[in-house]
Amino acid sequence: MRRVLPRLFDAILLLWLVTLLTFALIHLAPGDPATLLVSPTATAEEVARQRARFGLDAPLPVQYVRWVASLLRGDLGTSLVSSRPVRAVIADALPISLALGGISLLLSFVVGGLVGWWQALRARPAADTFVSVLSTVIYAAPSFWLALALVVLATSGAATVGAPSWLRLPAFGVESPGGSATGLEHWRDLARHALLPLLVLSLPGAAGVARYARQSMRDASVAPFVAAARARGLSRGRIERRYVARLSLTPLVVLFGLTLPGVIAGSVFVEQVFAWPGLGRAMLTAIAARDYPVVLGLTVIYAGTVILANLLADIVLVRLDPRQRSAFDGANAK
Amino acid sequence: MTHALPDRAAVSRVGPWHDRRLQVGAALLAALCLCAIVWPWFGGADPNAITDVLSRRLTPPFSRDGAGGWHLLGTDAFGRDVLLRLWLAARVSLGVGVLGSVLAGGIGIALGAVAAWRGGLSERLILSIGDMFLSVPRLILLLVTAALWGPGLQVVVAVLALTGWMSVMRLVRADVLRVRTLAFVEGASALGVSPARLLWRHILPNALGSTLVAITLGVGNAILLESGLSFLGLGIQPPAASWGNMIAGGREWLLVAPWIALAPGAMLITTVVACTLIGDALSRRSR
Repeated sequence: MRRVLPRLFDAILLLWLVTLLTFALIHLAPGDPATLLVSPTATAEEVARQRARFGLDAPLPVQYVRWVASLLRGDLGTSLVSSRPVRAVIADALPISLALGGISLLLSFVVGGLVGWWQALRARPAADTFVSVLSTVIYAAPSFWLALALVVLATSGAATVGAPSWLRLPAFGVESPGGSATGLEHWRDLARHALLPLLVLSLPGAAGVARYARQSMRDASVAPFVAAARARGLSRGRIERRYVARLSLTPLVVLFGLTLPGVIAGSVFVEQVFAWPGLGRAMLTAIAARDYPVVLGLTVIYAGTVILANLLADIVLVRLDPRQRSAFDGANAK
Repeated sequence: MTHALPDRAAVSRVGPWHDRRLQVGAALLAALCLCAIVWPWFGGADPNAITDVLSRRLTPPFSRDGAGGWHLLGTDAFGRDVLLRLWLAARVSLGVGVLGSVLAGGIGIALGAVAAWRGGLSERLILSIGDMFLSVPRLILLLVTAALWGPGLQVVVAVLALTGWMSVMRLVRADVLRVRTLAFVEGASALGVSPARLLWRHILPNALGSTLVAITLGVGNAILLESGLSFLGLGIQPPAASWGNMIAGGREWLLVAPWIALAPGAMLITTVVACTLIGDALSRRSR
């Protein structure tokens, strides 16, 4: 706890800085949201009235203080477009993005970690090179392109080669139109719809983790204490599990915090391409409509998630690797 | 199998050009740049011009259109040659990526040097601002800025530069902190070399290796982000071609004419792989 508290304080400070940045970025942008809320023929008075209604006529610092004050009460404001509370807009979209992002993050680390481990310790050189090339290519693929490519494969591609119908996956939406199926059938439908989005989100993530895990396990496997363990006659499996895997867990934990922004970015594209009503789609809609409160709220949620993930990674790191403890304390001694 | 030996590249003392990854990456990138520069010269008057749509449109790859022209990668919904537009787009995408990343690198070097050299409040401030930019996913930052400040070439480059400097800043700061304690710096200082000259001539050149890696990797990243923005309609605006907006344009024809949307992706992947290979090779060396 003594170690965690200063970190927590830093994280809160950082979140506050982020609110400053996003608020300034959004409210200093050219253009007036009030003009978008009235009909094109509206008079100047009508525009002024709209501006007053949403508090957009106050000086920027005042607007910022008001916004932060309500943020502290858990109120993110009201959408300019739908007049719904921003919290409700986010609450509607959050479960979808959370499920999509969470599952694909888990898949990325499990699959990527295993592939990296296999490459570093088990694979023949040729197979290792092949998988390295493959993961470099997948890692380089933009997720929106990967999504479109998989849609082609799963629909017209699967039909052309005469693949069985269960392989022809639905390309859009969360569930089949009508959505009347219940129980098991409903879950099956959901899973079929989720397969392509999850694949698109997990593939680049797993490729990135595999590249990283391979390198860190390579580095770990030549550490002097591993050679010493071998010299003591420990079995290979034991060395790999207890020494190599353990040592290379640290970089992977650090990677966890770094991977999250990528998953968030990927989910924006995936939700857009596959028409999933998650946070990313809400963000794009709000940006297109200049719905300032929603854009602000979502940006803060995104930043908060990243900050939280890094905080957790820091804490786990100290548990995992005692050497980090002094560095951890040192960082806060300043 | 024995336990893996250290990579040969890591222990060898030979020049960087003996690394296969660097060879392949540089060759790919050079070929891309060459084609992007040369190819559109042979493409006729205006490759973005729309003529004779009905007979030319949606020609599949490796075939002739209704007007008799042969297209290696087919034509799009307006009858324009896809390959030609890919090379035009390459000019934009490569240019934006390199420019954005190099500018970001410049900001990073300057701020990193100042942070390490001045220390104290300026260092705390620069590090905090860096952390602040790192906390918001870069794509979200780009989306918000590009959408609200008006999409377009200049905005995309500016935003890429302003959101990409943090890793370079941290690397330069760490390197400068490391190098400034070395004896030769003390020696130069004792000889009466001014601090600015010391930093510029003696310290920064020693901090350049890791920075170069970060900038190379940043190019691939910047190209991906630009294409993403353009895909969402917030980056390069049609009729100017960019790989991202070509993919967006091909999306409606995905099931009829998949080559329109898929070909630009192949270009993107090739470019980013080339940058990754070069960055990997250089980072192995600089360790």
